Amino acid sequence: MSEPIIICRDVNVWFDDFQALKGVDMEVKKGEVIVIFGPSGSGKSTFIRTINRLEEHQKGQIVIDGIELTHDVRNIATIRSEIGMVFQLFNLFPHLTVLQNVTLSPIWVRKLPRDEADKEAMQLLERVGIPEQANKYPGQLSGGQQQRVAIARALAMEPKIMLFDEPTSALDPEMIKEVLDVMVELAQSGMTMLVVTHEMGFARAVADRMFFFDEGLVVESGTPDDIFGNPKEERTKLFLSQILTH
Amino acid sequence: MSISTEAARPPEPPGPLTWVRRNLFNSLFNSLLTILMVFVIFYTVRGVIYWIVNVADWRPVVNFPFLYLVGQYPRDQLWRIGLSTSLIAILFGLSWGTWGGLIRTFAVSLGAFFAVVALLPVQSNELTIPVRGALLANVLLIFLGFRLGRLQAVKGSFTAIAWLLAIEVITLILLPGLSLRETLTLLIGSALVFIIVYIIYQAIRVGGINSTLRILILIAVILLAAEIALASFPNLANTPLLQKVATTSWGGLLVTFFLAAGGIVLSFPIGVVLALGRRSSLPVVKVFCTTFIEVVRGVPLVTILFMFSVILQLFMPPEARIDRLLRALMGMTFFSAAYTAENVRGGLQAVSQGQVEAAKSVGLNSVQIMSLIVLPQALRAVIPAIVGQFIALFKDTTLVIIVGINELLGIGKSIINSDPEFIQLQAEVFIFIAMVFWISSYILSYASRQLETTLGVGER
Repeated sequence: MSEPIIICRDVNVWFDDFQALKGVDMEVKKGEVIVIFGPSGSGKSTFIRTINRLEEHQKGQIVIDGIELTHDVRNIATIRSEIGMVFQLFNLFPHLTVLQNVTLSPIWVRKLPRDEADKEAMQLLERVGIPEQANKYPGQLSGGQQQRVAIARALAMEPKIMLFDEPTSALDPEMIKEVLDVMVELAQSGMTMLVVTHEMGFARAVADRMFFFDEGLVVESGTPDDIFGNPKEERTKLFLSQILTH
Repeated sequence: MSISTEAARPPEPPGPLTWVRRNLFNSLFNSLLTILMVFVIFYTVRGVIYWIVNVADWRPVVNFPFLYLVGQYPRDQLWRIGLSTSLIAILFGLSWGTWGGLIRTFAVSLGAFFAVVALLPVQSNELTIPVRGALLANVLLIFLGFRLGRLQAVKGSFTAIAWLLAIEVITLILLPGLSLRETLTLLIGSALVFIIVYIIYQAIRVGGINSTLRILILIAVILLAAEIALASFPNLANTPLLQKVATTSWGGLLVTFFLAAGGIVLSFPIGVVLALGRRSSLPVVKVFCTTFIEVVRGVPLVTILFMFSVILQLFMPPEARIDRLLRALMGMTFFSAAYTAENVRGGLQAVSQGQVEAAKSVGLNSVQIMSLIVLPQALRAVIPAIVGQFIALFKDTTLVIIVGINELLGIGKSIINSDPEFIQLQAEVFIFIAMVFWISSYILSYASRQLETTLGVGER
């Protein structure tokens, strides 16, 4: 069995008086694909943002690839450079071209020469299927294309872990598939992935384990077969019946 | 059910006659109004042209070109200004060739300005043939610089370094009476500043020392050696290189452009730093910046100019007194910086938190996030406001007249007062000065619209 690459123990996050996470435990092994789902406000987004230090956990322990996430700025920088993140609203940089969006991190963080970074970026854009858009600005692309650029931008850091925060929630139905296809390909290539999503087809196809969040807690976890076929908790059953009946 | 190609096309735009009928004569009242306005416009234009050609006496404007251009600058030292102007001309041409776009507006306007002065159809014992020739040569220099800038070998970094060097040289030419030693000290100081800036840039960019830095350090060391060697020849070291020209003799457009360009170039970075400081999480920085901005914005520019030109002198020891033109520049810079800061702050607030989060997640550090992601977006959002601020600053340079500096308007007033005959001719002088300001301001705002179009691509 390989070593866990993410270890979370008793992670607690407060926003002022509101407790968003109430002691979450999770261990993720290298190459695992984790799907996190649950009702809105259940803390699932907060949880994966905490892993990338976009939110700060006030109690508990998070260890990424042997490095503990603390106030140490160098630790945070190292951990962030190992984790790629894809956002619900893409968050591409609108003043940079697609190619510049993707090469930003290779040039300024990994310190690659520009031509090498460009070459790598073009390969990544081919991988996500939009090399012909390289010199356009994000505002000129469709939502699905923008999200694929965002995935390429995250991959350009050569991350060990990819976080997806509801990557298809802001997309039109016909664009969801093109993004999910890229994510399935990524999962099959052995990337460690944490995906917050309600795309249950995706979960059934590639997830190794699923976590159901509610009210800041992990209510239930297990393989897709367990969760879909034999959910133990009442809340999981209710939630699944609500999202699967549509 | 096929759609014919005819129907898919938009309807033809109306012809000019149709347009006139629809917009100017679409009702009885509008028709009357149109006819009335035609008469009003006709008589106004005819009256203005008649006044300009037959009534107006342009002697106080055309008889003193050098006064309007440089004030009382000693006439035997004019080559210093000429040389600086030529340097600026060739650099504008070079930048036009290298960067194109926006710079073209400035380069072409500058060329037009030289050409107009050179070809002014008046008899004048100041605008002699050599002077006119030198002015026309500047037009040629702009074009020469442009051709040079188009060459493959000339890159943006080369042009930028050329600008920095030129500013250095111009300072040395125009600064009054520096000795050889002082000149070297100034050069070493600026070389050190370059080196430090370059190292900081490299630290953000890739790290490590490259060839440019080595050359910079080499130059600094050679200059330092020269200065040490000079110490054994005190006579040589203390001889002034150029005759001293006190800034009290500066005037006219020279002062106007010096204050405007200096104020714009200096107040912009200070304003950005103040805006960032006001949003800082460090309480001391935040309180300092907020206080500075609010105090300066709450005081009229006239008061600030008085403070800098009178009160500042009282607190300084006599040997450390700052030149009065520089004091005026400092006042204008701080005033403009406070307003720029508030404009920039507005732009910073318009950049969404998601941009910062995305930048963090790709591993950028806080300096990189600010300089690569947040500031570029914030600044382009506030270009119109900032250019408006710069145009205001340009026009506000006329206020230095109250601290006894003769910029363009001051020169105009002193020409009017110099001759009893001219007191009748105030209108001509003021209309001329107003035109100079209007044309310059218009060029600035035209350039800003160009900048918006160039930078706006990503937004659409």
